[in-house]
Amino acid sequence: MSGVRLLVGTRKGAFVLTSDAKRTTWDVNGPFFGGWEIYHLKGSPADPNRLYASQSSGWFGQLIQRSNDAGKTWEPVGNKFVYDGVPGTHQWYDGTPHPWEFKRVWHLEPSLTDPDTVYAGVEDAALFRTTDAGQTWHELPGLRGHGSGSKWSPGAGGLGLHTIVLDPTNARRMFIAISAAGAFRTDDGAATWQPINQGLRSEQIPDPTAEVGHCVHRIAMHPANPNVLFMQKHWDVMRTDNAGDSWTEVSGNLPTDFGFVIDVHAHEPQTIYVVPIKSDSEHYPIDGQLRVFRSRSGGNEWEALTKGLPQKDCYVNVLRDAMAVDRLDSCGIYFGTTGGQVYGSSDAGDTWAPIVRDLPAVLSVEVQTLS
Amino acid sequence: MIRVVLPQHLRTLARVDSEVTLEVQGPITQRAILDALELQYPVLCGTIRDHVTHERRPFLRFFACEEDWSHELPDAPLPSKVASGAEPFLVIGAMAGG
Repeated sequence: MSGVRLLVGTRKGAFVLTSDAKRTTWDVNGPFFGGWEIYHLKGSPADPNRLYASQSSGWFGQLIQRSNDAGKTWEPVGNKFVYDGVPGTHQWYDGTPHPWEFKRVWHLEPSLTDPDTVYAGVEDAALFRTTDAGQTWHELPGLRGHGSGSKWSPGAGGLGLHTIVLDPTNARRMFIAISAAGAFRTDDGAATWQPINQGLRSEQIPDPTAEVGHCVHRIAMHPANPNVLFMQKHWDVMRTDNAGDSWTEVSGNLPTDFGFVIDVHAHEPQTIYVVPIKSDSEHYPIDGQLRVFRSRSGGNEWEALTKGLPQKDCYVNVLRDAMAVDRLDSCGIYFGTTGGQVYGSSDAGDTWAPIVRDLPAVLSVEVQTLS
Repeated sequence: MIRVVLPQHLRTLARVDSEVTLEVQGPITQRAILDALELQYPVLCGTIRDHVTHERRPFLRFFACEEDWSHELPDAPLPSKVASGAEPFLVIGAMAGG
């Protein structure tokens, strides 16, 4: 019997929400790791019972949890994230050199083929990998060793490597994004990296078209179309058709092009979703109306999706890792808010309903499509 | 035996219900206690002090015999009542919030 499992990370624990393919009634399990920040949890595409979670706390630091039974039970695994060699420095807020310091794991991206291999994007920005199911983690130093590393500076939320996109057609290609350094691509299995920010324009940095320094919020890819990427930048929604070699803006008729999330329909590679947020200092929807915008043309032409979403007095945010899509025949879309709601649509965004309303602030939402 | 009281979240992590007892060799210091604690409960590595530098995590405090030992040197001898097991060594989460 098919169904879906939502993995929800919040400021105060993790929740696992399950439903059958109708997606009308949901079982809510949790909180797991109550009281801890769960920046992200994600299942292995190669073994859906294998889950990984990033658990952190200002008091006790970073932990990684692993489940082998779809989230029923968890065990802590390795939490030692040590930068390779001499860490060096990046640029601090005031422009001075600042030593790289590990703070937390923002994003976990399990391998597409091996449940024991997982990539971790961390703050201060670096890419780590485990090949033993989380017991040990090692930095892939080529990224931070890119010549621009000393120029990277944190965004307001920190210098986080928050997006990892694996190319399903090329095991040696990977895309990552860092706030506020930009997007990078490797074509040789993470040995070397190149910035892929040509075409981005950010008025908040001294050179608006600089090679690095852009605050990329999120990148999404459809697996059938791996050279096409969609980006929600700090401001601007962008698109590339050549794996990041150049980007063009596709914000089109959006009411504001600031936002955090972006995702792609599971079966329509040109159908994309964003949640516009008023501005970088007003992290809530315009006019108190929570609206998802959908483009069926890969950008530029957008329609507001509002049915079932609050259209007055709504001032929540939707953070960068808090939207996901399932792969059922009628594509499901899900997102979580800083107000603790998780909304779902089982008809590609035409209608929405809250799955839960009162969780702690939602940091991340992932979906597993079960068969 | 040395007695150690952990904050609730670390007790959950270490799967212990109450205070922990440890066999500690040599002089009873913060470093000796934490080394023994991490040896007995490896899951606590990195949660009380940094993996590499072994510096105390900033939002934790070490108390013993109603005194704050957080800023003492890690190899300073702890009070004899801790060494004898009459008093526990306390790991405390610093107060935070508004």
